[in-house]
Amino acid sequence: MSMIIMAGSEAAQTATALNIDWSLIGAWLRAGLSAACIIMGLLFVFAGTIGVLRLPDFYTRIHAAGMTDTLGAEMVLLGLIIQAGFSQMTLKLLMISFFLLLTSPTATHAVAHAAHKAGLKPKLGSQRAKTIDELNTHKRGGA
Amino acid sequence: MPWARRGFTLQLEVYVFRYGVILALALTAFWLSMSGMFTGMLLSLGVISIILTLWMCKRMGILDAETAPYLFMPLTLSYFVWLGKEIYKANIAVVKAVMSPEMNISPAMVRVPVNRKTDIGATMFANSITLTPGTVSVEINDESILVHALLSEMAVADDFTEMGNKAGFAIGEGAA
Repeated sequence: MSMIIMAGSEAAQTATALNIDWSLIGAWLRAGLSAACIIMGLLFVFAGTIGVLRLPDFYTRIHAAGMTDTLGAEMVLLGLIIQAGFSQMTLKLLMISFFLLLTSPTATHAVAHAAHKAGLKPKLGSQRAKTIDELNTHKRGGA
Repeated sequence: MPWARRGFTLQLEVYVFRYGVILALALTAFWLSMSGMFTGMLLSLGVISIILTLWMCKRMGILDAETAPYLFMPLTLSYFVWLGKEIYKANIAVVKAVMSPEMNISPAMVRVPVNRKTDIGATMFANSITLTPGTVSVEINDESILVHALLSEMAVADDFTEMGNKAGFAIGEGAA
């Protein structure tokens, strides 16, 4: 976060040195937009982590992990692209996001396929989270 | 027979040469854009790397449309824009399901038919299914993909037809 603000103020300082007012506004706008993108990406990563912890079995947890790969990582990269401006770095970041779209589903499929081959059966059918009461009875029953 | 054979070899040579040129151009563009330095030593290193890569591809016999699918790059990129929208929609559904206190999920398995002509088209289709949150392609064979879905409303085989057709078109199969 502080890095984004620093980048924004640095760009603003350059703009002031050149006596251009509108570019100062533009620099702050860009910093804000990039921060918004990165924060939204982090929210998706956070939701993915919660999903990995909450979901009941291996196959369902893969979905949550995949969510982190796609929108989470891509939104963070988009934020970085906005911050980099139009330069060679933008091209490199675009390449990274494109490669991520190719490699992450391949890795996810490899893991899922390995589990399927090993004979792990998915839990199918309607499911819901345990309530606190259910968790408590389970604990008492186990003790 | 010898004549036919010679004709076939010639055709193959032209095919390999064409994709060799495409790959060489793509690698040159890639090297120049990634390095961004135009000093003599770095450029000559680039030339050596590209020639080495081309020689290895030729030796392995993989100079074909699958190794250098750059002719269809505009189609592929516009497909990824469409896929991005689908990913966004599916992501919202998965976040809702995961973050709600009751967490009502209904995992299901479904077999989705594949009517792609090429291996790379089927790969693209299976990868797109995995990229979309809530659906993962678990197993793939010649006729179908086994898909695991987080919510039962995502596990409808017909819903994948549009994605399959678009994926095949994007990698250069032509409209299926």
